[in-house]
Amino acid sequence: MVDTVLSLQHYLILAGIVFTIGVFGIFLNRKNVIIILMSIELMLLAVNINFVAFSAFMGDITGQIFTMFILTVAAAEAAIGLAILVVFFRNKGSIAVEDISELKG
Amino acid sequence: MMILSYDIYNIIPELFLTLSAMILLMFGAYSKNMDSKMVFKGAIGLLALTGILLLYSFNGYIGTAFSDMIKTNPFSQFLKVLILGSALGVMAISYSYAHQIKTAIFEYPVLLMLSVVGMFIMVSSNSLLSLYMGLELQSLSLYILASIRRNNALSSEAGLKYFVLGALSSGLLLFGISFIYGATGAISYDGIADFISMSLTISPGIIVGMVFMLAAIAFKISAVPFHMWAPDVYQGAPTSVTAFFATAPKIAAFGLLIQLLYGPFAQLSADWTQILYFVSAASMALGAFAGLVQSNIKRLLAYSSIGHVGYALIGLTTGLSGGLNATLTYLAIYLVMSLGMFACILKINKDEQNIESIEDYAGLSKSNPLIAYAMAIFLFSMAGIPPFAGFFGKLVIFKAAIDASLIYLAVFGVITSVVGAYYYLKIIKVMFFDEADLVLDQHKSKGSLAVISLCLLFVVFYIVSPEYLANIIQSVSSWLFVNG
Repeated sequence: MVDTVLSLQHYLILAGIVFTIGVFGIFLNRKNVIIILMSIELMLLAVNINFVAFSAFMGDITGQIFTMFILTVAAAEAAIGLAILVVFFRNKGSIAVEDISELKG
Repeated sequence: MMILSYDIYNIIPELFLTLSAMILLMFGAYSKNMDSKMVFKGAIGLLALTGILLLYSFNGYIGTAFSDMIKTNPFSQFLKVLILGSALGVMAISYSYAHQIKTAIFEYPVLLMLSVVGMFIMVSSNSLLSLYMGLELQSLSLYILASIRRNNALSSEAGLKYFVLGALSSGLLLFGISFIYGATGAISYDGIADFISMSLTISPGIIVGMVFMLAAIAFKISAVPFHMWAPDVYQGAPTSVTAFFATAPKIAAFGLLIQLLYGPFAQLSADWTQILYFVSAASMALGAFAGLVQSNIKRLLAYSSIGHVGYALIGLTTGLSGGLNATLTYLAIYLVMSLGMFACILKINKDEQNIESIEDYAGLSKSNPLIAYAMAIFLFSMAGIPPFAGFFGKLVIFKAAIDASLIYLAVFGVITSVVGAYYYLKIIKVMFFDEADLVLDQHKSKGSLAVISLCLLFVVFYIVSPEYLANIIQSVSSWLFVNG
């Protein structure tokens, strides 16, 4: 029989995978800036999994408190990101990643 | 009750600045005729008052507040004075420029003040939680400041790029913090330091966490290989905001880095000096060589600041307290030079637009000799040519490197600084020896004149008494190693 008890490693591997998907989502995505915003959220959620897993397995509440702060800041960050995106869309009429290309050199 | 009042005593400047920003926000939002000039002036006054509060509490005591979340000592107070000084300078040069590009809105000074609060929390943080909160408050304000010129495509693009890469770097920072928390079970600097000094072998979780955190901080100070946002953001953001990006956040992030490396990670210096060695050398090289082909002054200064960050990191690469003092000296001098430089650039306007192309500076020495000479002095200083302050900054850095027998790094630094001198001198050549009819807009701005002359005084007369700054830095940095 397979041992069905989840260990800390399982959570860390999950968080690592989610975090990597987030990072790759930012760099490999060639379509839409909204996907980048979703990738950023994914990264922060991976960190939250890490914190809660560590916190639960160590029996220490600090990690869960930290998670609350991250959730709050992530909300503020998403709000500001979307606001900047709206301003960008008004100027350029597009939110395609390939259109974010006026500044280069 | 006593304990509570004592906690608040440690964050009086931060509290005052937060409340002032909120009052200005309310004033701006509810005043009928939307007089943003009042808000700009009020912000300068309130920042100056914060400075007085800071200097008043600059009396050699060490205090911790809010269950060790915040730690105040003369070291963090010194960094706060530098940050506040650059914020004041930027506010003084901002209004006439912001008015000219029709961005003189009241949110500008409010966001700038809130980002200063974030930087204050960064440099006095004593736990990974307050570090994160301070960093985010600073970053979120700066994202908006970068894109504050709402009807300008370049500005909003700069804001978007800065936001995406900044959010990526806070993700990296948090990932690192989570590993350090998991490996040590603590988020306070002291708890982490205790854990590391008591454990016989360093667990890989701590190393991984530290590397992630260093990567995130390298983003914030725009060090290679995490520099890619800097040229785009510097170019796209309004010039006065660029001046802010080039000064205050760098000081804050360096303060954070120093407190992390010499605090909780002090035992791991064998590991982080290797990382910093590479980062420092790569930043100096990129700053020197990529700057050679730039034609936009703001982009050029972005590469120049990457190079300067590389030099400042040499001091930390030594891992010694002497190198730390050299880094602080270099940063203080760099701050004054780039503030003065940007104040000059902001004076060079034509048809209500800031001239950004270096070629268009031709003939500046004929039409505006004062600005041209001031700029030439700042450029000489940045290139590290004696007798200006920038030379002494490089001198103490290279001396610290040689004292720590980092000979190769010092030699490499001298070579890159010679290469980098080419593009500084090229600007001077264009200003003084290229002929053109240049007619600039004449905007009277007492603020930028004051900033230019103060920075000039510092840069020119630094040679009279280099020990003065060195002594201050020596005495404040010794507090870094005192536990409260």
